[in-house]
Formats: sequence, C-alpha cells, structure tokens
Amino acid sequence: MKVENKLFQNRYKVDTGHPHISIKDPNLCQNDCQTLACTVCCPAGCYTEEGNGKIVLITDGCLECGTCRIICSEFRNVDWEYPRGGYGILFKFG
Amino acid sequence: MAEKFDAIVVGAGPSGNAAAYTLAKAGLKVLQIERGEYPGSKNVQGAILYSDALERIIPDFRDDAPLERHIVEQQMWVLDDESYVGSTYRSADFNKPPYNRYTIIRAQFDKWFSKKVQDAGALLICETTVTDLLLDGNRVIGVQADREGGAIYADIVILADGVNSLLAKKAGFHPELDPKDVALAVKEIHFLPQETVQERFNISEDEGVVIEMVGKITKGMMGTGFLYTNKESITLGVGCMLSDFKYQKTTPYALLEQMKAHPAIKPLIAGGEMKEYAGHLIPEGGYKAIPKIYGDGWLMAGDAAMFVNAVHREGSNLAMTSGRLAAETVIALKLQGKPMNSANLSLYREKLDESFVMKDLKKYKEMPQILHKNPQFFTTYPELLNQAAHSMLTVDGVDKKTKEKEIRNNFIGKRSLFGLMGDAFKMWRAFE
Repeated sequence: MKVENKLFQNRYKVDTGHPHISIKDPNLCQNDCQTLACTVCCPAGCYTEEGNGKIVLITDGCLECGTCRIICSEFRNVDWEYPRGGYGILFKFG
Repeated sequence: MAEKFDAIVVGAGPSGNAAAYTLAKAGLKVLQIERGEYPGSKNVQGAILYSDALERIIPDFRDDAPLERHIVEQQMWVLDDESYVGSTYRSADFNKPPYNRYTIIRAQFDKWFSKKVQDAGALLICETTVTDLLLDGNRVIGVQADREGGAIYADIVILADGVNSLLAKKAGFHPELDPKDVALAVKEIHFLPQETVQERFNISEDEGVVIEMVGKITKGMMGTGFLYTNKESITLGVGCMLSDFKYQKTTPYALLEQMKAHPAIKPLIAGGEMKEYAGHLIPEGGYKAIPKIYGDGWLMAGDAAMFVNAVHREGSNLAMTSGRLAAETVIALKLQGKPMNSANLSLYREKLDESFVMKDLKKYKEMPQILHKNPQFFTTYPELLNQAAHSMLTVDGVDKKTKEKEIRNNFIGKRSLFGLMGDAFKMWRAFE
C-alpha cells in the first residue's frame, strides 16, 4: 500500500496557504546535504526530491511527528511549528 | 488586566490531564490549553493503559472509561524473514478483576479523561496552540496563545506538550532533541468483526493479547514492532530510533508494509479494513537524556520530559504519574504559601525520584547506549535463534548432537566466543 493511500484514510483540516513547516534555505538541500534523510524518514512522504537535489515539501499529509526537524541535524534547515489551533491532522483513533 | 490563573496546563494528553485533574480537584483555578479540535485529536499511542497510574488519580475509572480489552496474554516474538521464535505468558490471574492493563483507543480515552478534568472544575480551551512562554527574565509568568488577546498569566505553567515540546526549546530551556534519543513509530488500525478478533487470538469477549516483536522487521535498526487487540480492531506498528532511520533507505511506511507481509503477521490482519495511519515520535533516550524538568514558574511532565521506559514499553503510566506529581508539588507549595520558584519546585524532582518513574529509568540507564553500539541484538541473534529452532524442529535423520554442534558453530561463526560472552555480560549489566 502506497503512503498516499494510507494518508487517504486520515482526517485533516488543512490550513490552506499557511503551511506550518518550511525549508529555511532550499539551496542547502540542493548543494550541501548528502543524505536528504527527510525524503526517506518522513512517515507521510511530505518531502520529495525532484531529481536534481531540489526538495519539494508539501505539508498537507503531515502527521505532525517532528521527524523532519530532528533528523535535519547537520543543517537545522527545517522551520517547524505546530499548525494553528484546530488545523492539521485530526486523529480519529490515535 | 488579563485574567490570571493559579496554573496553566499546556496539553491534554495523559500527563496534562493528570495534572489538570489533580489541580482542579484541590480547588485551584486551572486553565488547560489543547491545540487539537478535541483532546486526543493530536495524540498517538499503541495503546496500552496501565491501571495503577490512573487508579491513583481516578480510582473508579473502570465505571465509565472507554476500555477495549484487558490483557490476559503477552507474547514476545523474535523474528527472522519467514519465521519467529516466540514466548507467551498467559495467566488466568489476569482474568480476575481489577484488571491490570487494558488496550485503549486514545482519541476516545483522552476525550473521556478530559471530561473528568472539566467536571473537576478546570477550564479547557481547544483549537488553541500555545506559541510561546511569557517570560519575566528567566521566570515563566504565562503563555502566549494563537488567538486574540492570547496572553494568559498564571503562577505556574505545567508543560505537558508532548515529545516535541517546542515551548521549552523556544524559551531556551532545552536544546533540540538528538536523533539517537527518539524513536519514530508508525502504526495502523485494522477493523475486523469482534468474533474474528477473538477467534484469531483465542480470547473471549473482553480478553486481549499483546505481541511485542524484535528482529528482522526493523531491518537491522534498533527498534521493535507491536500488535495489540482492541474490541473490534487490531493495532499494529513498528518503531525505530531516528538515528538509525537516518542512514538507511527504507521509508517508515515501507517498513510497516514489510512487517504486515510477514507470514506470521499477515493472517492475523487478513480481511481487515485499515481506517487510520499514524506516525509519532517516542522519547527513548532514557535516564541520561532527561532534560531540565523544572525552573522558575514552570514544571514539565510526560513525553516532554523524556519519561518513557523503552525496555518495558511503558510511557502513559509515567506520563500520568509525573503529571499527578507535578500537580501535587504545586498544591503543596500553594498550601504553604511558597512562591513557585526553581528552589521550591525541586520538590517535584524529589517526588519523582521516590516514585517508580525515576527508579525504573535509572535502572535501565545504560540500556540505550548498549543497544546503539550493539546492533547484533536486532540482527544476528534473531537470525541465529530462528535457525537453531528450525534445525532442532526439522526431523531429517541427522542426530541431535550433530545439530547442537552445528548450532554452536553457527553462533561462534557469526559472533565469536568472546563476542557471545561480551554480549551476555552487557545484557546482564544493563538489566542488573
């Protein structure tokens, strides 16, 4: 089962236009980061590499776990906040 | 002038609810702030409820708490690719009330707990994220929330804001978490008819089974898998240390898919309808990774304070206990008319040290380092154990003494005699 199909089962209230996570300096990912661990470790597959080392981040499926922020330990290149109150993942079961 | 509270509790998980309930019961003016739509909507756990910790807060919780099944059987599986060696403990004693452990579904359970907190007199506001702590010098005097007029003041702020605890980091109380101190767990819930769950696990109406797993399912990473029976669903998942996840190429969801495809696990969830996929960090750094847990005007409880006993898969009971002890500290100081400063709040640490929370964490303080440095416990040993079982249980005309010799040579070949002795010694030291 693909991660998209997994996430499809979840309930979200997406805060359109206000992503709660952003990449501080995209050039760091493209030019300096060797591991691109975010593309492997994010359990919602929010980070994808476009082929030239450029990272695309789409936070709509985010599970708000914090992995991407902690795993980017060399560059601290992830700006991570909780979504605004009431927005984001809404676990039905947890 | 903004309204002032005796205490503000950030978060409505097990530690926050335990703290807010205890404070409100004692007559304090309590505000609890939760960022989710309802308490539980941001919270993830396996989930096992340990009765004792809750009983000390709400003695009659069994009357109306949403409980799934009480645990009568615990299995431990050591897995290879196609097989597992397992141990089972099942006791009729676990079938005698009052039951010791239950499976729960956290969204429902947290809602119930929160209702108790509100009935006790605490004011809860949901859909509100606390964005910063309000500081006067180094002293916490309140919180800033993301709604209009969001500055709220209190004598004490209890941080029960979960594993990420951004507030303590923004205030400069904590450094960023180290990838070696947190595990990433992913899990799914699969719904099946109640009778099917009971047939597959040989249990009756309210009985439940827990299966903990170690071995090939984590692909050499330090981690474990689990499977719990709920009333009419099965929860299963797998978690590994972030420091291990970082340097390999398997995604968490691929790892979970591989686990679900294991020949011993697949039939247990066959035909189920998957209704939710969750990911969550578990603070598993242990005793040595416990951060600063109190300061002028603030206390910290639960996951935010790294209170998880990874060896025994316990966390929610440490959360509830630390939340209760934080509240009892505040109540004691309030009664004595003492200020909520760091020196006085050190009483919290004393209370924790006297409880099972710190005693258990201290007992296993070497465990995380030992496991980080010795991946063979997650790779080589599960494989060797399964090969040994396979050899001994395959009747093929080879005499048992020869088989024993082969198994012994296999162990020594993979780990060397000194390696085996060293590993035994390390484990003995870690559990001592």
